[in-house]
Amino acid sequence: MANKFLEISKVGIEFPTANGPFTALKDVDFSINEGEFVSIIGHSGCGKSTVLNIIAGLYQATYGGVILEGKEVNAPGPDRAVVFQSHALMPWLTVYDNVALGVEKVFKGQKTKAEMKSWVEHNLALVKMDHAMRKMPHEISGGMKQRVGIARCLAMQPKVMLMDEPFGALDALTRANLQDSVMEIQKELNTTVVLITHDVDEAVLMSDKIVMMSNGPAAKVGELLEVDLPRPRERVALSKNEQFNYYRQQVLSFLYEKKGVVDFNSAKQQSDKQLKAKQQDSNNDGDETIADKAS
Amino acid sequence: MTVPANTSEVASSNVDIIMRKFSDTLRSFDLKTAVYPFLGIVIFLFFWNVAASRIDTSLGQFPGPAQVYQQSVTLIEEHLAEQLKAEAFYERQEKRNAKKLAKNPDAKIKVRKYTGKETFLDQIFTSLKTVLFGFFIASAIAIPLGIICGLSDAVYKGMNPLIQIFKPVSPLAWLPLITMVVSALYVSEDPYFEKSFLNSAFTVALCCLWPTLINTAVGVANVDKDLLNVSRVIQLSALTHVRKIILPASVPMIFTGLRLSLATGWMVLIAAEMLSQNPGLGKFVWDEFQNGSSNSLSRIMVAVVVIGLIGFALDRIILMAQRFVSWDKQAVLR
Repeated sequence: MANKFLEISKVGIEFPTANGPFTALKDVDFSINEGEFVSIIGHSGCGKSTVLNIIAGLYQATYGGVILEGKEVNAPGPDRAVVFQSHALMPWLTVYDNVALGVEKVFKGQKTKAEMKSWVEHNLALVKMDHAMRKMPHEISGGMKQRVGIARCLAMQPKVMLMDEPFGALDALTRANLQDSVMEIQKELNTTVVLITHDVDEAVLMSDKIVMMSNGPAAKVGELLEVDLPRPRERVALSKNEQFNYYRQQVLSFLYEKKGVVDFNSAKQQSDKQLKAKQQDSNNDGDETIADKAS
Repeated sequence: MTVPANTSEVASSNVDIIMRKFSDTLRSFDLKTAVYPFLGIVIFLFFWNVAASRIDTSLGQFPGPAQVYQQSVTLIEEHLAEQLKAEAFYERQEKRNAKKLAKNPDAKIKVRKYTGKETFLDQIFTSLKTVLFGFFIASAIAIPLGIICGLSDAVYKGMNPLIQIFKPVSPLAWLPLITMVVSALYVSEDPYFEKSFLNSAFTVALCCLWPTLINTAVGVANVDKDLLNVSRVIQLSALTHVRKIILPASVPMIFTGLRLSLATGWMVLIAAEMLSQNPGLGKFVWDEFQNGSSNSLSRIMVAVVVIGLIGFALDRIILMAQRFVSWDKQAVLR
């Protein structure tokens, strides 16, 4: 792991409040390889979006920093483009112009006007929105808006695509549809993706690695889970897959059995004791699953 | 099925069709936009008429709608008569000058302006010119300044006390100061603008400044944070940021400010003209009051109605401009 692509190094952040500084994150530390799909999961309010905003450069970390390809980044830029939960399309621009806004800035002097036009169209085609290029955002559905948001992000050719609960505001069917699209595109372009989510199924289905965050304040990375499932992943088949369910159970157990870790250090000591006791039991469970797999 | 039942069915369906067509035409004729305002005006005129007939002033009976209408016709006739006089004057002047030139080609000829009495319509035109000039000056200052205040918290905090202190000051309090400053600084042999025009216009500008400034600043400061973040991620230049994100997002608030500004500007202008005897509708009202003839009250009432109509028209014009500029064609503008 000598050349980590994206490194979140001992990041902590404090927000000033009336009662002195509030520590939202403390010692958040993990790294992401190139082309990897990483999900950050945690209870709402744990600061997972804050982590994403720090990576994006929209927030400044109080301690530690973010290193992308060996260089520290602390200002927002198109190399870490963001897909927002609220799609954040300019309501006064057409679908095409929303995507073109970024393209015109990022590829200024690199592409001709005609090249830019076809690049915008290409990215809209990638998210299957090329049929609605001249429409205004209010004329298309929520799922379609999010597709355009993803196209705008992709069109900037980011090194890392940051997705802040992009499917949170969508209905279940639209969400599934869009998840499949994102996985397809990610596989095709080999984009590095950081996805913020609170949906366990989504995290396990889409990710190569899941970063599980403890509850705030002073939230930190609780556990890391490598999801080793072959791609392309198919949700219906996976729902019966034992390994998928094992990963799912792991995340669920972190979120619901070890939740409410307010004072992390003291809680950790406590939960460590519990864990040790539990581990003997769960070791047996784990052995069984491995044995099951082998058989 | 029996025959009579069948025919009655056919008949009823015919009636149905006719009734449906009738109700369709009724529905397509929008009651709310046409009939209700008309009714409102008729009821108002009725009460006005009843009330006016019961009020006796030292200048005679308070004018009812009929007298006011009559005076409005008289005022237009007076204007036309004055125009004829002016034309005759210029004709005479031209003839006189032509004669002079015929006698001696080197003669110095004088072209004088007709200095007849300013009619009601002239005063309307003067007031309109003044309010629009003042409004444009104020907007040209207030919109950019408001954008800067909205973008920068430091500038806003620096400006805020000044805004809060000067905003409640009646522009009429400024009027003497403006008059003195204009006559001290605007010294020109051949002035393009009349001093009285500038005095009124600057007074209007002073009160048009605040609503636009405050509303623009609030509109800019409240642009959706996600949209601002998009702009930061794309790294748009400051100018593109303002042009493509800030301005379209704050158009509704800017126009709210502009409408408030123009409405107060128009109100203040009439008062300023009355106070300073600068030409305009305000002067017309004051002159008629001083004149004190039996027609004066009717003529003042004509001015009151015209002032109201012009204020209404100005507001509609800005609303139309907003419809034209705004991206949100769905928004219901009132």
